[in-house]
Amino acid sequence: MNTVALHPQGATDSAGPASRRIIVGYGFWLFLLSDIIMFSAFFATYAVLSGATDGGPTAAQLFDSRNVALETACLLASSFACGMASLAVGERNQLWTQIALLATGVLGAAFLALEIKEFASLVARGAGPTRSGFLSAFFTLVGCHGLHITAGLLWLGTMMAQFLAKGFRETIRHRFLCFSLFWHALDIIWIAIFSLVYLNGTRV
Amino acid sequence: MSLPRGMRSYLLGLGLAALLTTASFWTATTHVIYGPAIPVAIVVLALAQMGIHLVFFLHITTAPDNTNNVLALAFGILIACLVIFGSLWIMANLNHNMMAAHMASQAL
Amino acid sequence: MFGKLTWQAIPFNEPIALGAAALIGFVMCGVLIWVGVKGYVPYLWREWITSVDHKRIGIMYCLLAMIMLLRGFIDALMMRSQQAMALHSAGFLPPEHYDQIFSAHGTIMIFFVAMPFVIGLMNFAVPLQLGVRDVAFPTLNSVSLWLTAAGSFLVTLSLVVGEFARTGWLAYPPLSELTYSPGVGVDYYLWALEISGIGTLMTGINMATTILKMRAPGLSYTRMPIFCWTSLASNLLIIAAFPILTAVLSMLLLDRYCGFHFFTNEAGGNPMMFVNLIWAWGHPEVYILILPAFGIFSEVISTFSGKPLFGYRSMVAATMVICILSFMVWLHHFFTMGAGGDVNGIFGIMSMVIAVPTGVKIFNWLFTMYGGRVRFTSAMLWSVGFMVTFVIGGMTGVLLAVPPADFILHNSLFLVAHFHNVIIGGVLFGALAGSTYWFPKAFGFKLDERLGKAAFWCWLSGFYLAFMPLYVLGLMGMTRRMQHYDQAQWRPWLLAAAAGVVLILCGIVLQVVQLFVSIRTRDRRREPTGDPWDGRTLEWATASPPPVFNFAVYPNVTGEEPYWGMKQRAMESMQLAQEPQYETIEIPRNTPTGFVTAFFAVVTGFAMIWHIWWLVTVGLIGAYATFVVFAWRDVSETEIPAEEVARIDRANRTARAAALQRMAARQKNKEPVA
Repeated sequence: MNTVALHPQGATDSAGPASRRIIVGYGFWLFLLSDIIMFSAFFATYAVLSGATDGGPTAAQLFDSRNVALETACLLASSFACGMASLAVGERNQLWTQIALLATGVLGAAFLALEIKEFASLVARGAGPTRSGFLSAFFTLVGCHGLHITAGLLWLGTMMAQFLAKGFRETIRHRFLCFSLFWHALDIIWIAIFSLVYLNGTRV
Repeated sequence: MSLPRGMRSYLLGLGLAALLTTASFWTATTHVIYGPAIPVAIVVLALAQMGIHLVFFLHITTAPDNTNNVLALAFGILIACLVIFGSLWIMANLNHNMMAAHMASQAL
Repeated sequence: MFGKLTWQAIPFNEPIALGAAALIGFVMCGVLIWVGVKGYVPYLWREWITSVDHKRIGIMYCLLAMIMLLRGFIDALMMRSQQAMALHSAGFLPPEHYDQIFSAHGTIMIFFVAMPFVIGLMNFAVPLQLGVRDVAFPTLNSVSLWLTAAGSFLVTLSLVVGEFARTGWLAYPPLSELTYSPGVGVDYYLWALEISGIGTLMTGINMATTILKMRAPGLSYTRMPIFCWTSLASNLLIIAAFPILTAVLSMLLLDRYCGFHFFTNEAGGNPMMFVNLIWAWGHPEVYILILPAFGIFSEVISTFSGKPLFGYRSMVAATMVICILSFMVWLHHFFTMGAGGDVNGIFGIMSMVIAVPTGVKIFNWLFTMYGGRVRFTSAMLWSVGFMVTFVIGGMTGVLLAVPPADFILHNSLFLVAHFHNVIIGGVLFGALAGSTYWFPKAFGFKLDERLGKAAFWCWLSGFYLAFMPLYVLGLMGMTRRMQHYDQAQWRPWLLAAAAGVVLILCGIVLQVVQLFVSIRTRDRRREPTGDPWDGRTLEWATASPPPVFNFAVYPNVTGEEPYWGMKQRAMESMQLAQEPQYETIEIPRNTPTGFVTAFFAVVTGFAMIWHIWWLVTVGLIGAYATFVVFAWRDVSETEIPAEEVARIDRANRTARAAALQRMAARQKNKEPVA
């Protein structure tokens, strides 16, 4: 069993198990794809029920483009801040890591606050999720994204604490890699939401 | 203070994404574009923005060690499309065929 | 304080349900007390409950499956007896009870028997076949196991506290909406599936990552055993399909708990969307179940024919084609819901197309057997039984794929016979073949073959007697799920079916006896080398049971059928390969994270079901705290020193060297190799 064989395949294919970083990254990538498929089921339901307003308010009547633009800016900036945090972690710089993560969190929280405000105002106008199939689908799709952002913020806080308490250990850096993949993926899903739900619903 | 090496990727990504997002919002509100083309334009711009994120923020490339990631992404996109467009097609067909007769004549 | 929960939740006024609840309560308490009194708790906690070893987790999955098989089978016995009696009569099960029984039967069999069995076997065998030490995320693996157990616990609890759903195993709205199912039954169903669904999704990610990113040096994709290929396809399907299930069940939960209108009859809801989405999950689900079974048959047939699998590349291609196509046929489950001819026609054609790669596999198995020296061990019997039975079931499936035929046969007993035909003949036979095949690897001794073969014949004859009459009944017009009927000509067929189920019961009893007898007489059937069947794949290169680290050093793979090559070289040179350089091995530490997470999942689920909101908060906080405690630990691995590794490996090498000597002596005396 100690014969070393030369293989025609590339080293990546048959050189033994991949590094921990690649394994963790790939596993989380698969999780993100499963999450995207879950969102696609919610998208499909929204698309099917988008006309089911039951004589109640429609998308054009309810959605506010300015609010959506603000939310989009917050989330895009938050993604960028997360990218900055990745660079800081790469440089093992604790101060800039914490600053960038704080920025990521604040911008993410701003997004969430704007969204909650929007939901509350819709409910107050009698356009809550129990009003019609269309509204149920809207609140669930956008709300599911918001729930993911909330979970992400919780995760972010934990990551900031872990970096402070344990430094730039390998396992913590892997976890942060997963967090940043997660955060960027949420921005990608938001692109689909603001394009297909808000802009498509309120176009001229 | 010198910028870290990977900065360029993120700055480029931010700039392009901001540009495309602005274009999206403009498309939805403008009267300049042919009406029925607007949803198509929005979809194309959305796909472009997703591509920017994938390349500049998530660093998905076509390098050989990235092949599994690209294949997984392609699989995920395939399934998402099947679910969304399959459901739309099926439900539209069902709604049309299951509509009560007096409503069907009105709908047509 | 306790939400909707009151003493009325215990079924005091239903004697059968109360009896069942009492029985389950006594058995569970009895087992717990016995374990405690005998002092097994510390051992079980240390070695099994907190284990993150894929082999132990795989064994526990299979154990869960077999226990739940008994539970689901009792439901089957009750249904068959009811239908045998209920001509012009109410039988012995009132409709409200009968409805819960067939719903529980389907839910348990699919989610808590078939899935855990298949996942358990994949968990056990895949890392060994890949020549690696464990799966990609061992602690996550433990979480998956215990979340699945949590789901099955909730379903079992519904028998004692409250009720189960009366909607069938897929809970279609509007029946499953709050208006028409105001009780807790549907909530038990939904939360059990949401919780175990998360566990299953995690398994999918875990195993797909393992297969794609963790293989022994030299084990390229084209040298992977077919079981690993089918496991890969199955786990990719899990990753793709289970999110859809989570989404659609969440929507139903929102309808029931928050008054949303996804699937209600009013305010713009569309119940047909539920049917569409649940089957977009449901069809890939059955391929998730059957693909690993196909892989098991490939391994078993190849091993017991003494030949490499015929047509390896076409098998791989067929597997991946089935994987993709399984996402393009789901409408055939609701041809009669009202889609037009074009939609029905396209999905009907796709459903027929997907039968083609399966046909390729059947031919490959037959060609593998042809020209080989076939040994009819019980595992091989299950395989041959599968080939005949599954082909029949598959053909009736192609019949049903014709929309006009399906309009007559949809939801009749013909459909019921078809899916039991493919699931029992395919998935269950595969799981039983696999567990017989890998049992000696897991425990170091073979199961009693005579009892195993007797059990097989009871199962095979019982299956045909129980389900062939259902095809006839379906063609005669009998609908599924009937609590009573008044067509006298149906009765003889239902009596035959009841007799068949009794035969299956004999098979199950024989299997239970087989387990007890095999354990009691295990020393007679020990196999010291770790290779009882003259295997061809890497799992047979380790000891039985394998040490916790599986392989002392990663095997270096230089050709197809890696272990077979190693054995050929050893037999040619009449000596084992040179002793490797032993090094210290790091293995992941055991942790109670999985068990504790599942505990809080049960708390949260139970609290949600009974609307005990403060308890929901406690459960969620507990789950999050568990995660943080796990994330905060400093030491995640233990070391096994090189001398210990050497000692374990040398013991196995001694046994193998002795076997090699015996083989040399036999060859000299011209005796046939066993």
